[in-house]
Amino acid sequence: MSEPIMHGPRSLLLLRLDDVAFEAGGRRIIDGVSLALDAGSRTIIVGPNGAGKSVLLRLCHGLLRPSSGALTWSHPELPGEARRQAMVFQRPVMLRRSALGNLTHALGVARVPWADRERRAREALRKVGLEALAGRPARVLSGGEQQRVALARVWALRPEVLFLDEPTANLDPGAIHEIERVIAALHASGTKIVMATHNLGQARRLGDEVLFLHQGRLLERAPCEQFFKRPASTEAVQFLEGELPW
Amino acid sequence: MNSVSDAALRAVQLIGGADPKLLDIVLLSLRVSLTAVLLSCVVGLPVGASVAVGRFPGRQAVVVVLNALMGLPPVVVGLAVYLLLSRAGPLGSLGLLFTPTAMVIAQTILIIPIVAALSRQVVEDAWSEYREQLRSLGEKRLASAATLLWDLRFSLVTIVLAGFGRAAAEVGAVIIVGGNIDGVTRVMTTAIALETSKGDLPLALGLGIVLVTIVLALNAAAYVVKETAQRRYG
Repeated sequence: MSEPIMHGPRSLLLLRLDDVAFEAGGRRIIDGVSLALDAGSRTIIVGPNGAGKSVLLRLCHGLLRPSSGALTWSHPELPGEARRQAMVFQRPVMLRRSALGNLTHALGVARVPWADRERRAREALRKVGLEALAGRPARVLSGGEQQRVALARVWALRPEVLFLDEPTANLDPGAIHEIERVIAALHASGTKIVMATHNLGQARRLGDEVLFLHQGRLLERAPCEQFFKRPASTEAVQFLEGELPW
Repeated sequence: MNSVSDAALRAVQLIGGADPKLLDIVLLSLRVSLTAVLLSCVVGLPVGASVAVGRFPGRQAVVVVLNALMGLPPVVVGLAVYLLLSRAGPLGSLGLLFTPTAMVIAQTILIIPIVAALSRQVVEDAWSEYREQLRSLGEKRLASAATLLWDLRFSLVTIVLAGFGRAAAEVGAVIIVGGNIDGVTRVMTTAIALETSKGDLPLALGLGIVLVTIVLALNAAAYVVKETAQRRYG
């Protein structure tokens, strides 16, 4: 069995964004976002194409640096320490190794002792239902399987926060269902979920709260039910009308 | 015409009979060039991968220089190594001039830029795909370079072969620093040059056939390895 993961109380403040902006090529992609993310809940980022969802995730994860404003973690990652946050991308990048090898490589980067790596990797693969494919070369697995390996890879790292950038785009319904099950289980194991998605049904199924992003600005933040029943901004109303098939 | 067909026939007989003189020359060639390839990979692959993922002032200049050095004229490299190793040179006391070691040194210098420049290109292309993922995992740049080298191992085989092809085929550097001494530093290319000028066409032609066959066989083997691996690993 897995060891319990050390986490603070559920209401703990995790990450604060103060007036964060990001510009690229003269375009303001994120425009003054202020936000406090707490541990525990599942935060879903929705918004039209080009709203800045992916960029916001990358800013939070540290892959991009804000042009202005400040990002403050309650427990900053120190240089030389293993990361306490992880990210799953729209297209998983698999190394030319076995599925298991991809996990043990990530555990090696996180400085998990050699002797523990394989056990932890196998355990994570079991949790995503891919134990039988552990020895298969990761890059020849199906898209859905690769994404599950990517989820197992972050699960093995036991992050406090997991950012997901449209993890089920381009996948078939069966694979989507499986990925959603894994994300829910990851959250149940104590990991904060921050996910951008296009799929509003998925936002409803997986979300506790919704951040509505529009042209780089955070227009609305509401509990999931409330956002879908009574969106407050006209942009959100239009967005939901345009996106929802019903 | 007759002399050419005669020479070809004798050449085949030399190869078929595993003529000891021919065999010695072939083995020395392989020893020198394979050692040079190995050494240039030890230096060139890390250099290429580091430049590919690195961010430092003058990076573009380094890339341009690496690319340009791929076209180093072998005779110039030979001359430089000759000056270094000659009696009056800075490394003259080592007594390496006209030894196989000197030939290895010259060929290594010649192919390091090939291995470095080509691997830089391959690793840089892959880096754009892997970069976010590896950074997300917390991997440092230089560690990422090592990860990429291992991940691209099948593509790098072709680069290593390009280096070997260059080493095995060049005459200019080894003839200057090796001196083409019979039984000591005579390799395939220098022997071909010498025997041709002496008029011993069978030996020259036989060596030529062996040289081309080796390069062809190695490339075929590498192709099979690469194709099989790519089917298996994606």
